[in-house]
Amino acid sequence: MAELLAVEGVTAGYGDGVVLEDVSLALREGDSLALLGRNGVGKTTLLVTLMGLTRLHRGTMRWRGGDLAALPTHRRSRAGLGWVPQERFMFASLTVEEHLTAVARPGPWTVPRVWALFPRLAERRGNFGNQLSGGEQQMLAIARALMVNPSLLLLDEPMEGLAPIIVQELMNVIRELVDEGGMAVIVVEQHAKLALSLTRQAVVLERGRVVHRAASEALLRDHDTLHRLVAVAS
Amino acid sequence: MSGGAAAAGRALPGRPDDAPALPSDRWRALEIAFWLLVVAAFFVFPQHRVLGSQILITGLFALSLDLILGYAGIVSLGHAAYFGMGAYTAGLLAVHGWGEPLSGLLAAGLAGAIAGYATSFLVVRGADLARLMVTLGIGLMLYEAANQLGSITGGADGLSGVAMWKVLGLWSFDLAGTTAYVYSAVVLFLLFVVARRIVASPFGLSLRGVRENVKRMPAIGAPVARRLVAIYTVSAAMAGVAGGVLAQTTQFVGLDVFGFPRSADLMIMLVLGGAGRLYGGLLGAAVFMIAHHLLSDLNPIYWQFWLGLLLVVVVLFARGGILGAADTLVRRAAARRARTR
Repeated sequence: MAELLAVEGVTAGYGDGVVLEDVSLALREGDSLALLGRNGVGKTTLLVTLMGLTRLHRGTMRWRGGDLAALPTHRRSRAGLGWVPQERFMFASLTVEEHLTAVARPGPWTVPRVWALFPRLAERRGNFGNQLSGGEQQMLAIARALMVNPSLLLLDEPMEGLAPIIVQELMNVIRELVDEGGMAVIVVEQHAKLALSLTRQAVVLERGRVVHRAASEALLRDHDTLHRLVAVAS
Repeated sequence: MSGGAAAAGRALPGRPDDAPALPSDRWRALEIAFWLLVVAAFFVFPQHRVLGSQILITGLFALSLDLILGYAGIVSLGHAAYFGMGAYTAGLLAVHGWGEPLSGLLAAGLAGAIAGYATSFLVVRGADLARLMVTLGIGLMLYEAANQLGSITGGADGLSGVAMWKVLGLWSFDLAGTTAYVYSAVVLFLLFVVARRIVASPFGLSLRGVRENVKRMPAIGAPVARRLVAIYTVSAAMAGVAGGVLAQTTQFVGLDVFGFPRSADLMIMLVLGGAGRLYGGLLGAAVFMIAHHLLSDLNPIYWQFWLGLLLVVVVLFARGGILGAADTLVRRAAARRARTR
């Protein structure tokens, strides 16, 4: 598969502050990556940097060979980056269905297909964004990102604060999306084992730097490294 | 790197026939009732058709403000700028020998759109307070420009000698306001349909998204500044048409079309009726102008006292204006029924 994303030597942060230092990673079309690390090591900042919402001090980001850093945020979305931010940001004045139609771009993902993926959202299609449970909000955030028809889905702590049964449901959906292979996925997750079980490769950050790279399966069995680098919730 | 190219680059099949359906386009019963009322008023109050046409024109003007304020969240204290551009354009055309109403209206809308597009870049940049000041400033500048250009605009005396031809060569504008009422109502209805279509489209939905979370909208593919420029231009065009209708039906243009009071009253009407609902501006304009009519009969000098009181009460106790309050009451009643069942 051809290369989709190549991040090289990226140093970035907010204003003059530096959060990420000399970060490099590469992703092929349809590939999956777990982005791990303790709280505050820059995992979210890396996703936000891909979306162009931080200040890039040094380094390059290439998207299918083109310069990603040169694109304004909305063009990155249109180029195929689908971001599911941690805070989800629902719109209180839009219904579930309107969240989807407002951002829809042509491609394989359509409203009916999203309903099939999340039957629970179909039931709630007339509810407003602020009339949803946490799990439903997370589903809608993912569904909305899918409607942009991304080539790369960026999931920022999708399981955070959700009930175990909802986590299971979301896991199944994300696994389905990853296994389908048409779309690459980067998962940021505190629950390292969940993220590793979903993905093919893993990168661990510490204080803004990449300190470990491994195949997800191997890291999942490498208990020592996992414990050393990541706070593991079993 | 466009989204289309990116989508085509993937091997997955697109399904254009499954493209997202637009939100429901059905007209609700209450909406139909509202428009029947506009028709009924024509027959029930034949002696008030002049006032009626003024209400319809102001309703159109308020609708144009609703598009930017109620949907995109752009506050403006200078929307009269575009109303005035339209009024003078239609008026001047007629004064200089082209009295055909429909093309005059088109020109008025175009003038509003051009002025709106040109100034939108100043308005879109800032936050709320900056926008209030910029729009206020634009309105004041145009007012004084029209005042200075007395040789063209008639200055403080106003533009007289507006001679309109018959509408479609059939109906001339009469003193009783019969043609004016029908003409205003038809223009309002047509542009209302356009506005209704816009706010229900994905573009319109994204405007609501911008109003709620301007920082995050680009991340889901919406170029915020460009969308705001687009809706501001549409809104200004609509305001221009409203101004044009006023100039044509009254066959006179006064400097007050650019005046600050017109912009401020407009904001009051929209807030009174309920912003972000399309009908709020129409209802607000009707309530405001009928109240003005009745109250100034009682006491021509102090009528604004009652208006001020009404405004304070509505803003404090009826969130979302008259329509918002009605909504809340209906929902409460429904909830009570559901509980007792």
